[in-house]
Amino acid sequence: MFKKLIIILFSVFLFSLNANAGSDGELELKKKETKQVKDCFEKFNRKVFRFNQGLDKTVIKPIAKGYRNLPDPIQKGTSNAIKNLSTLITIPNNVLQGDLKTAVINTARLAVNTTVGLLGTIDVANKVGFPKYEKEDYGQTLGAWGIGPGCYIVLPVLGPSTIRDTAGSFTNVLGGDPWYNMSIHGNNEFLTNKVYIASKAISGVDFRANNLESFDNLEENSIDFYASVRSLYLQDRENKIKNNQRGSIEVIYKDEDDWEEIDKK
Amino acid sequence: MKKIIIILLFINLLNFSTHAMEADVFIQSTVNRASLALSKNISKDEKINKLKSIAEDTVDIRGIGFYSLGSIRDNLEDNEKEKFLILFKKYFLKSFSSRLSEYTNPEIEVKGKKILNKNYTIVNSVLIATSERPEIKIDWRVYTKEPENPLIRDLIIEGLSLARTQKEEFASIINSNDGDINALFQTLEGFAKN
Repeated sequence: MFKKLIIILFSVFLFSLNANAGSDGELELKKKETKQVKDCFEKFNRKVFRFNQGLDKTVIKPIAKGYRNLPDPIQKGTSNAIKNLSTLITIPNNVLQGDLKTAVINTARLAVNTTVGLLGTIDVANKVGFPKYEKEDYGQTLGAWGIGPGCYIVLPVLGPSTIRDTAGSFTNVLGGDPWYNMSIHGNNEFLTNKVYIASKAISGVDFRANNLESFDNLEENSIDFYASVRSLYLQDRENKIKNNQRGSIEVIYKDEDDWEEIDKK
Repeated sequence: MKKIIIILLFINLLNFSTHAMEADVFIQSTVNRASLALSKNISKDEKINKLKSIAEDTVDIRGIGFYSLGSIRDNLEDNEKEKFLILFKKYFLKSFSSRLSEYTNPEIEVKGKKILNKNYTIVNSVLIATSERPEIKIDWRVYTKEPENPLIRDLIIEGLSLARTQKEEFASIINSNDGDINALFQTLEGFAKN
């Protein structure tokens, strides 16, 4: 109970930070994200970013490389199982965003993949022609409800986020993630908190393994790697919140006028 | 008679050379050129040089440079703008060719286009999946103000704009140095030298 209270208080604190950040007139919680997300804690963020880079180089990247050397079926099966677990968060978010049709499709996907697909290791739903799966989370739902991102923040180990997305993540541990509820609070002998933590760690390694070359390439060709990662993260979140399958010009270029100004010269 | 035929042929060629090029055809031809360069059995340096030459022909380096500078470009003196463009071109060509040179024989298929206005067309394409990576969506922002000479202004990979990323990177460097453009010049110089 006490633990929950602390989490709630922390979430409230984060939200209030979000609102305070808006008091300078640039970051108000607003319906439309027409302004740049402010990096209010840049100095601190850069330090955490360096720490994360160190952790990545010494621990995460070597593990991800090892993971990449596993036989393809094992990698694919793990990746599918992780994706299947994420459906448990996606479904309530589909509902919260009013997308009931997708919620039904994803529920059927979860049922098929968990049973016929052997605990999600085989993506049977994809093979039988279900629509492409798009992950949703509580940060995206808050965004879809019109809540602005607030300040950009780099979390230790977890990486780039915003105040809104961090607060959204807390919803998972406040009852929003059925997998968390079953593992941590479920009264059963099979699922424990260790299983939950392991599943999250594997999810991180799977993501890193899928992006080994692109991260290296980005780092090598960036003149400010921190700023590149920030920009790419924020663009990606905007696309996800607005459910853009392809880059929407309104989202990509917040300052389309800038191109026009260049053209006039 | 022979003379007339030659003159007619010449006129025809002239017409062809000034004919508007469709943005999607332009992109497919550009990626084919790049793909050919990358699939050749030549050294990495030679590949990089070929890619640089393709970029110089097909990318609006000046336009992207000024876009990347953001609003600070209005406060620059002419000599500073000139210096920036020289440094930016070196930086851009190195960064662009180095990013692409890692790929061997990438297959890009143009899927369609959307004309935004007379100045811009977005061309949609996909980088075909291989056993090592999934299919990747790539959109190209093509500047079509001069229809006979279209130029690439941005690559949007899976919805992520490289021009916007670069612009935010430049802004970060300038802002963390109290708005001093020389800090950006030094960074660009350093990148090109390494």
